[in-house]
Amino acid sequence: MKRLLCALACLLHTPGAHAEWRGYVSAELLGFQEAPRDARQHDAYASLAFEPEYFREWNRRDDLFTFKPYFLVDSHDDNRTHADIRELSWIHVARDWETNIGISKVYWGVTEAVHLVDIINQTDLVVNEDGEDKLGQPMAKLTLIRDYGVVDLFVLPGFRERTFPDIEGRPRFGIPVNDDVLYESGAEELHTDFAVRWSHSIGEFDIGVAHFAGTAREPRFVVLPADFTPPSTIAKVTPLYEIINQTSLDLQAIFGGWLLKLEAIVRSGQGKRVRAVAGGYEYTFVGVNDSQIDIGIITEYLYDSRSDDINLGAALAGQPFSTSPFQNDLVLGARFTLNDAASSELLASMIVDLDGGGQSYNLEASRRFGDSWKLSLEARGVMNIPANNVLSGFEDDNRFRLELARYF
Amino acid sequence: MTISDKLLPALLLCLLPFGAGAESPVEKALGIAQEADRRDSGFGSYSNDVKMILKNKQGRESVREIRSKTLEVADDGDKSLVIFDQPRDVAGTALLSFTHREGPDDQWLYLPALKRVKRIASDNKSGPFMGSEFAYEDIASQEVEKYTYKYLRDETLDGLDVFVFERYPQDEKSGYTRQVIWLDKEHYKERKIEYYDRKQALLKTLTFADYQQFRDSFWRAQDMHMVNHQTGKSTRLLQTNYDFAADLDDRDFDKNSLKRAR
Repeated sequence: MKRLLCALACLLHTPGAHAEWRGYVSAELLGFQEAPRDARQHDAYASLAFEPEYFREWNRRDDLFTFKPYFLVDSHDDNRTHADIRELSWIHVARDWETNIGISKVYWGVTEAVHLVDIINQTDLVVNEDGEDKLGQPMAKLTLIRDYGVVDLFVLPGFRERTFPDIEGRPRFGIPVNDDVLYESGAEELHTDFAVRWSHSIGEFDIGVAHFAGTAREPRFVVLPADFTPPSTIAKVTPLYEIINQTSLDLQAIFGGWLLKLEAIVRSGQGKRVRAVAGGYEYTFVGVNDSQIDIGIITEYLYDSRSDDINLGAALAGQPFSTSPFQNDLVLGARFTLNDAASSELLASMIVDLDGGGQSYNLEASRRFGDSWKLSLEARGVMNIPANNVLSGFEDDNRFRLELARYF
Repeated sequence: MTISDKLLPALLLCLLPFGAGAESPVEKALGIAQEADRRDSGFGSYSNDVKMILKNKQGRESVREIRSKTLEVADDGDKSLVIFDQPRDVAGTALLSFTHREGPDDQWLYLPALKRVKRIASDNKSGPFMGSEFAYEDIASQEVEKYTYKYLRDETLDGLDVFVFERYPQDEKSGYTRQVIWLDKEHYKERKIEYYDRKQALLKTLTFADYQQFRDSFWRAQDMHMVNHQTGKSTRLLQTNYDFAADLDDRDFDKNSLKRAR
């Protein structure tokens, strides 16, 4: 270990190398239109986040070291107040291969509304319920660059639990999630997972096929005897992390202004085999009405073999359950890119459940002020959700989020 | 290119002595563009730093800084990778472009916060690059085949003998109907370009200054100034730290290199 640290220190002090710090500090206000369903929750939350990033390149950019910690402090939600190492990694680049060793983040996928294929990193759900923030994942990754495409081989030692809001946190499921979790594997969070992915660009097409074997990032839930008060009041639900096998496909094609997207997964190991598909298009109108504004129209269809209803009887009987709100849904959205000096953007979208399971809306807008400030606004919520639906707990949680960030 | 394509110019050349003997304005301008292209080929690869100073009508400035790498591709358009440094909120964002002599270009955008590589439509040629007065098509590699040409006249510009000719973008997605080029006769360097919009109105003027020669062959303007006559906005594009010895290859321009761009 001492020798390794010494070697690392030597690497980091190579003369002629380039090093830099960058990052941001941000303040966020999260507000709700209605009173909380649970009296322990609040009407508004304030938080501060800090994400510095240090990187160093040496050996003619063939070696790259990155350190990116993350800190978040929330006014009420103790689970949301947390720190993480997003990245602590060393990348080495050779002629036809690359390695990435340490803690890092990998993104797979192409669709906008859901991220089915993306599985390497655990979702840091407490940061934002859009699921796009990820916890750092320990990994050793080998990338082979071949004529037939790129092959990524992953060894993932160690597992990160998904973060869920605390009892005081909001928005959350109607029932809080237990901080104690269950694992299928006796190795628990020390189970080593594996993944392999082949990807290639052929003309207008970008394609990726992957397989993951290891601990599910998305848990099922179980109600333990200690989790409920008889006869039928559930106080909390416990996440259950099982060993799964997931095979995935992601495909993207571009034809003029048309961007066609498809993601599909098959997953076994969590009871009934899960099949899910997301597919659609984004068409961009460039320079609308001779202006500089681009408008993108997004349509995606979502299918998931899991039910969007919670089977309360089975849950009370202690059977693990998993749900997806996107069993048979349509996503309609529009992206406005102003192409101005302030990089102003607006994305408005709606997800409609085609089986009468209600609708959800999402609005995201951002612009820069000066050279280093950025203001972002989000508004999200759900409507017309039936009683047993997995989203029913969120009905009083329609909300807006205002964030001001200073980049350095 | 088919054999008949290759033979056609040869056949035309054979016919020349029987014709009027003079080049048509179309042939002359095409010849000038081909000579300019020939003089700038063989550079292999280079990297450079770019600073853009955006000025709005009121004179308020904002600054963009990017690092750029370019790779010459035999018999096709260049490959380029640009990494954004300023403004800071987009630091680490990178754009990979493969330009093609024929057909649409390929472009991928890397978003560092999500670690996501997004394929983007190259339809946005006419769109502004980073909110500046330069459109994507103004900064993309200029392939001879992407335009048709017409020679206008000889002139003197700032004491230099220049050719003046027009070129017409072949891509219907272009924001321009025509461009007027002032090219110096000695080194075939661009001195000035006027851009006419789809309504045939003068939209922008680009002037080139502070030329420097690299490896005894390749001329690069270190100071380019684009003025938009319709909005009163302007962008100055300063290119420095040219490194023609960077010795880059295809591996510096693949999606993996995009993902580790910093």
